[in-house]
Amino acid sequence: MAKPGDLLPKDIRLIDAIIKKYEAKKEFLICILQDIQNVFEYLPRKALIHVSEKLEIPLIQVYGVATFFKAFSLIPRGGHTCTVCLGTACHVRGAEKVLDKVKRTLDIDVGETTKDMDFSLKTVNCLGACALGPMVVVDDDYHGHMTQNKVNEVLKKYSTKI
Amino acid sequence: MKKIRNTKDLDNYRKIILQEKYSEKPCVIISEKSTCCYLSGSKEVVETFREGLKKFNLDNKIDIKTTGCLGFCEIEPIVILEPKGIVYQKVKKEDVLEIITETIINDIIIDRLLYIDPVKGKKCKTEESMPFYKKQRRFVLGNNRFIDPLSVDDYLAINGYKALATVLDTMKPEEVINTIKESGLRGRGGGGFPTGRKWEYARKAEDEPKYVICNADEGDPGAYMDRSLLEGNPHSVVEGMIIGAYAIGSNSGYVYVRNEYPLAVKHLENAIKQAEEYGFLGKNILGSGFNFNIEISRGGGAFVCGESTALMASLEGKPGEPRAKYVHTVEKGLWNKPTNLNNVETWANVPLIINRGAEWYAKIGTSNSKGTKIFSLVGKINNTGLVEVPMGIKLYEIIYDIGGGIPDGKKFKAVQTGGPSGGCIPENLINLPVDYEKLSEAGSMMGSGGMIVMDEDTCMVDVAKYFVNFLKEESCGKCVPCREGLERMGEILSDITEGKAKNQDLDLLEELGGVIKDTALCALGGTAANPVLSTIKYFREEYRDHIENKKCSAGVCKALINFTIKEEKCTGCGMCVKQCPQDAISGEKKKPHKIDQKKCIKCGACYDTCRFNAIIRI
Amino acid sequence: MEITLNGVNVQVEDNWTILDAAKFYGVNIPTLCYHEGLSPYGACRLCVVEIGKGDRAKLVASCLYPVKGGLYVRTHSERVIKARRMLVELLVARCPQSKVLQDLAAAMGIEKVRFKPKNDDCILCGLCIRMCEEQMDAKAIGFVNRGVKRKITTPFDIKSEKCRTCGACIYICPACQLRCQGPDADTVLCGSCLNFSPSCLELYKDIMCYMDPCVACLEDKKLKKKDGNKKNE
Repeated sequence: MAKPGDLLPKDIRLIDAIIKKYEAKKEFLICILQDIQNVFEYLPRKALIHVSEKLEIPLIQVYGVATFFKAFSLIPRGGHTCTVCLGTACHVRGAEKVLDKVKRTLDIDVGETTKDMDFSLKTVNCLGACALGPMVVVDDDYHGHMTQNKVNEVLKKYSTKI
Repeated sequence: MKKIRNTKDLDNYRKIILQEKYSEKPCVIISEKSTCCYLSGSKEVVETFREGLKKFNLDNKIDIKTTGCLGFCEIEPIVILEPKGIVYQKVKKEDVLEIITETIINDIIIDRLLYIDPVKGKKCKTEESMPFYKKQRRFVLGNNRFIDPLSVDDYLAINGYKALATVLDTMKPEEVINTIKESGLRGRGGGGFPTGRKWEYARKAEDEPKYVICNADEGDPGAYMDRSLLEGNPHSVVEGMIIGAYAIGSNSGYVYVRNEYPLAVKHLENAIKQAEEYGFLGKNILGSGFNFNIEISRGGGAFVCGESTALMASLEGKPGEPRAKYVHTVEKGLWNKPTNLNNVETWANVPLIINRGAEWYAKIGTSNSKGTKIFSLVGKINNTGLVEVPMGIKLYEIIYDIGGGIPDGKKFKAVQTGGPSGGCIPENLINLPVDYEKLSEAGSMMGSGGMIVMDEDTCMVDVAKYFVNFLKEESCGKCVPCREGLERMGEILSDITEGKAKNQDLDLLEELGGVIKDTALCALGGTAANPVLSTIKYFREEYRDHIENKKCSAGVCKALINFTIKEEKCTGCGMCVKQCPQDAISGEKKKPHKIDQKKCIKCGACYDTCRFNAIIRI
Repeated sequence: MEITLNGVNVQVEDNWTILDAAKFYGVNIPTLCYHEGLSPYGACRLCVVEIGKGDRAKLVASCLYPVKGGLYVRTHSERVIKARRMLVELLVARCPQSKVLQDLAAAMGIEKVRFKPKNDDCILCGLCIRMCEEQMDAKAIGFVNRGVKRKITTPFDIKSEKCRTCGACIYICPACQLRCQGPDADTVLCGSCLNFSPSCLELYKDIMCYMDPCVACLEDKKLKKKDGNKKNE
């Protein structure tokens, strides 16, 4: 009988397809986990266990990789992911003030999700778009030349609750 | 497309391309295939040009070429009209119609779209007249201008894969290694290790199989040279890797790209596929009997994976923890086998060296730093962009002649090189020639090429705190000095920026920095103290000011500044009131306003908003 | 092959590390994350020694560095001692309740800890993990997260199927062994169990002997005591 947290058979097949795409090679563990996360919006526990068995990597090692890299989330994330770039060029142009404003507006800290699950807040250490700094990415949209005064109007585009 | 079976067929194919496809047709060049150009709206510009040329029946007479990064990021989107070479800056889709009717059809220059040199105030029509490009030697990145990164034929037309043909036809692996040694090429990722020597050690290593890796985990914040090379000219990196693999005797290669570069991954995947189709990768390359394959693996968001042993651990499916390099990775690297790892820019230099010769290459640069280096010139600088300059050029030439100086008339304070492993170089060293040894002597380092310019509004203590916090986040946590030491350095620096520190804390910071430098396991920890130690060395007074006088003269450290409104300048417009998140500003319309210091959280929104310079930080 | 260890030319086996050589010749190098029966890890950095001369001298972890012909090693140079003291200071600030760390601090003559004490239990030496993997072949525990958030646990922090509750991890843990009861609130240090401060370090900037404790210091202390008594008389 299926328990909460169990993967459905079709989910397992999907994970198997991802693993097959990378020929179950250990070199692509991170790529495999990224593809799984793209589908499920996070890394479910059972998915990690399944990957560990298929790739023949000890579970503690897979778990170690999943917790080591910033790209991965082991808990479901909010509807919109807001990422503020804190690279040096953006920092020198005032990225901290932008981040503070986002924190105040959403009332969460970095790494947290708003209570209504609308937004998750992350930071990244340089997106490589330094000429357009400070940079804020919401989902796949890049917003350049950000200032703290522009934060509200940008966030408003994604949620009516701002 | 059938595989090209040998170098003679390649020569013939190249001739065909040059004749058929690359006639002297006029062409519009737009840099669209690059992440930040794309974000500044170049896609709409391209589409509008396509529609516009069609409307005027010019779509058969004029080509549109979409390229990768052209280097002058400040003025993106850029449109270049060939064959006259006219450069238009910050082009919006609304400008396109005018460009077609005025310039393309009627040969009239649109003044408002020309770049104006901020130093002399002159309008520049072509790249040659732009001071930004004058002192550069764009041997590597300059090719971006001539190719669509998704077209392998474009690359072949500029002599792409000619170096590979030369190597496979006429050179033994040892000869290739000697050429690279004689050129003086040193690792462009930051280590600066002589590339030829590294290849030689890898070749001499006795174990099999051998691996070749391209480190594309460009993690230094503010540096994006590798991204632009991979997005704009991925084949140059592929070609370099094939030549390197042949030289050391490897048949398997990996490119490890950081997760945050999706476009670079896409263009690289495309380039590898094309190379396989054409026979530059795979079995029996160009009939030489040499086999080589490249696979792409992606990073997971960890700066430490730019360190070679951490990168290899990550490729082995483990967390990216570095290990001691007492036995070098050229002997025991990936899967404990001989592995040759080089940076993207290093690989991209290889075809250039083979094509032009080691002697030519060695003439550029200084006695111990040969060739050119690509720097990302960012921060408080007028001409933000990627600049490629010969080693040995002076810092002030880069910042003032190429960079156009500091915006808004502010004073230069320091330039930070080498990313979080580097240091800050102050004004009195601005004559420093840029080469590996000189930068190290000054307490910084070349690093991967990030060059962040800072002005009088930058607080150097805050910069040190920024880098320590960055490294603290990115530390793998394995060794005590880095994990514990960085956290404690961060605590002390926070105390200094909050006015809670004492003079002994500065001494403790230096002592701790010295031990971290001496004992850390890898280069991340080993160089972690550089930003702190170099800012203390050159800006000790600023640290003292924070500690003894509780003052931040750059106006950055929140706890040490106050925002007040100058009565004489305040017009009472009320714009600041709207922006204040704490409702701390009050006043009647058209009368000078006041900030309630008890409510003020020092966010600076009012300061950013005021157009009358009425709000000051003290 | 031959290396120079604290000024003395000694013969070493080809496959030794510097730590192996030091142990063989009775030179005491402090370690935390090293254990004879497990693979070396090189994370605590306490075992650092200075190799090379002049500008090219650097500190390396002796538990991992393989000996090479002609290697010039100093196990207790001023630079090394400074480094070890700071490392122990950092560690005591992290886990003041660990007797092993307090004893190390006392043995090095550390007088105060200049960092705010945390109250962690684990020094992240990884001995338990290597014990579990290499000796017990279970691989039930490992490192998780990175940087300051790094910790040792089972997957998902729940009971692991691989764990056979053998207790080997507890056995090997240096921090679990005994709790220190007496860290001082002001200095964060205890120092009750062990007190040892070599005086030759101040005079010669280097340990002057190969025995631990150094007999010369004890003689020196006896003389000082005699002088002291004489002064009192």
